[in-house]
Amino acid sequence: MPELGRAALLVTLGLSVYALVAGAMAAHLGRRRLARSAQNALVASFATTAVAAAVLLGALLRNDFSFTYVARTTSEALPTAYTISAFWGGQEGSLLLWLLVLSGFGAAAVSLNRGWARDLIVWVVPVFAAVSTFFAFLLVAVASPFATQAAPADGAGMTPSLQNPYMLAHPPLLYLGYVGLTVPFAFAIGALLSRKLDERWLIATRRWTLFAWAALGIGQLLGSHWAYVEVGWGGYYAWDPVENAALMPWLAATAFLHSVMIQERRGMLKVWNVLLVILAFSLALFGTFLTRSGVVNSIHSFTQSAIGPWFLAFIAVVVAFSLGLVFWRVPQLRSPTKLESPISREAAFLYNNLLLLALCLAILWGVVYPLLSEAVRGEAIVLGRSYYDFFLRAFGLPLLLLMGIGPLIAWRRASLKSLATTFRWPTGVALLAGVVLLFLGAGSSVPGLVAYTFSAFVLATIVMEFARGTRARKALGATTWPGAFRSLISRNRRRYGGYVVHAAIVMLAIGVAGSSAFDSVAEAKLAKGESMTIGDYLLVYRSLDERASANATEIRATLDVRRGDRDLGTLQAGKNAYTIEQQVSNEVGIRSDRLTGEDLFVIAEQIDPDGSIYFRVFVKPLVNLIWLAGLVFLVGSLITLWPDRREQRRLVARASEVGIPATP
Amino acid sequence: MTLALLLAAALAVVCVVAVALPFIREPDPESDELAELDDDERRRLELLEGRDRALAALKELEFEHRTGTVSDEDYRAQLGSLRRDAASALQALARESGEVRPADGRN
Repeated sequence: MPELGRAALLVTLGLSVYALVAGAMAAHLGRRRLARSAQNALVASFATTAVAAAVLLGALLRNDFSFTYVARTTSEALPTAYTISAFWGGQEGSLLLWLLVLSGFGAAAVSLNRGWARDLIVWVVPVFAAVSTFFAFLLVAVASPFATQAAPADGAGMTPSLQNPYMLAHPPLLYLGYVGLTVPFAFAIGALLSRKLDERWLIATRRWTLFAWAALGIGQLLGSHWAYVEVGWGGYYAWDPVENAALMPWLAATAFLHSVMIQERRGMLKVWNVLLVILAFSLALFGTFLTRSGVVNSIHSFTQSAIGPWFLAFIAVVVAFSLGLVFWRVPQLRSPTKLESPISREAAFLYNNLLLLALCLAILWGVVYPLLSEAVRGEAIVLGRSYYDFFLRAFGLPLLLLMGIGPLIAWRRASLKSLATTFRWPTGVALLAGVVLLFLGAGSSVPGLVAYTFSAFVLATIVMEFARGTRARKALGATTWPGAFRSLISRNRRRYGGYVVHAAIVMLAIGVAGSSAFDSVAEAKLAKGESMTIGDYLLVYRSLDERASANATEIRATLDVRRGDRDLGTLQAGKNAYTIEQQVSNEVGIRSDRLTGEDLFVIAEQIDPDGSIYFRVFVKPLVNLIWLAGLVFLVGSLITLWPDRREQRRLVARASEVGIPATP
Repeated sequence: MTLALLLAAALAVVCVVAVALPFIREPDPESDELAELDDDERRRLELLEGRDRALAALKELEFEHRTGTVSDEDYRAQLGSLRRDAASALQALARESGEVRPADGRN
């Protein structure tokens, strides 16, 4: 069936080009049927891409090695779940996933908004179609997943580190995030092109942006956990260029989600918001380019490929066109409102934006510097961990503090007297936490101590906001305290869901500070029966076993673990030797303390023929808070994403007052 | 091979029909103009957004005063200007609808 896949992609390309050309003509000439026809083409392109995706998935599940892609990324012995994940494990498949999600999101966003924002949608369609045309062209002409060959007896298999359950969710979530950022981009550019710069493009894209941002955030955390348990170097974030590639658009989208609130409430920052949307989308494209072009050395970049120059050219066109358009529309984007005071909530949001952007650009410089130095000097100079850690502290710690300050300051302006009252409790809690932690020995790392103190400040603010808000709702007529709490959240989901997300970021900060600033490491070569200590843990190397699994030989060392007088059982660490892939992976041993959130992390670095092993062992305090933060982040994101009936009613009323339909 | 090509051809035909559907359904419409918002409707939409923004700001000020984020002093200082904003937004909307004449009597 490769012919069907190729034909489906060719039809997708034709539909995308038609939606681009016909959509642009319809918008420019004001032609209703042509506009509707272009919209239908965009929706149909989702169906044809789905057919292509089904053909590839079928080939993967059948182990049809006459498909070059299937032979290169899977093998007969590969478990079915990983055979499915091979869809996005290679370059061509992941580009097809990009196109599938893009056309699906495009069809949904256009269908949901073509009633009440019909005059805007006609301009949004060609923007979606332009992005879709690029990806369809790549899949048809440069990197087809439907190339065929004489079928070999077996496939080459999958990179061992990708044979992990996290690979079923981590890449698709990142793609949902990357592609999801196309929606605000398409609406922003559509609004600029059409001069329909009212609030509708913000309202139409609010949940899409939140969804994309949440998917990117959760996808990154899953990726960090994958690196922690699978890659086997003892950490969860290495400032790898491809990790950074996912972090940068997330930071830009975070800045946008905050600054858009200023536009909604005060009508300010219109140019800034459009620029942030363009930046987030461009960085999402850049992230895909980094992952798939093979231009950087990374555990995520599996191949050198021909798509790099195409991607760079497309990113250049997107950036140049978008910035030119913004420059052209600046007169219509000027706001009549000005910042009233540097001590106001909008000012706090603005400081937050500047810090997020500064961090994002510092990371971007770190990513592109090796590429630039190689182009200029012929030698790639990589900026190491200390570079990123410096900027994370310089911009990240003030950002952490601002998360607590923002909610305590009123919109427009706040008097010093008012600030003294609202800051009293959180400041007291933070100082108390700092003194106690200093007394407990946390002063060994000043950035760690500062991070903990700021975290206490933010958590105190969040608790205070929920407590005072619930009290106010009770006073306003809620009959019970739980009822008042529910009413508080349901009346302002974005605000209180946002506080839950802030709590998740605080947990993340505590986990990162604890596991990086206060961790310890020990290394030793042990023969059977010998022991080593780290902190108050004692590890005794007992035995070495070998067993065969479906596609690998598993070698495991067993260690007895004791802490003080307590026997904590055994821990296994070792290596997997993958038969078909001819590769060896570290399989680490982790013992988590659910009460303290601490991990004992064991790597069997080198196994000698005589059975002696070179072990590297870490103790990582509070590291499990990072993963718990992921769950809290998910809850907060769901609260913010949940449909708000009051807002819907208000929008319907507003639409009917102008005489436009409130539904498609 | 043949089945795949037949399916591909069928897919292409279905897509062509979907794209041509607006022209098939309405081969000779009375008007093919896009129903865009006219200047008056756009102006009204902007005024409605301004009204909703002003009313939401007032509501938020009241709530934040009640929670204690805004002190009595700041509340009093902001209430007047926010009420004026809301009143002028409502007045502008009413004027747009032809219900109220401007204060200086101009049309």
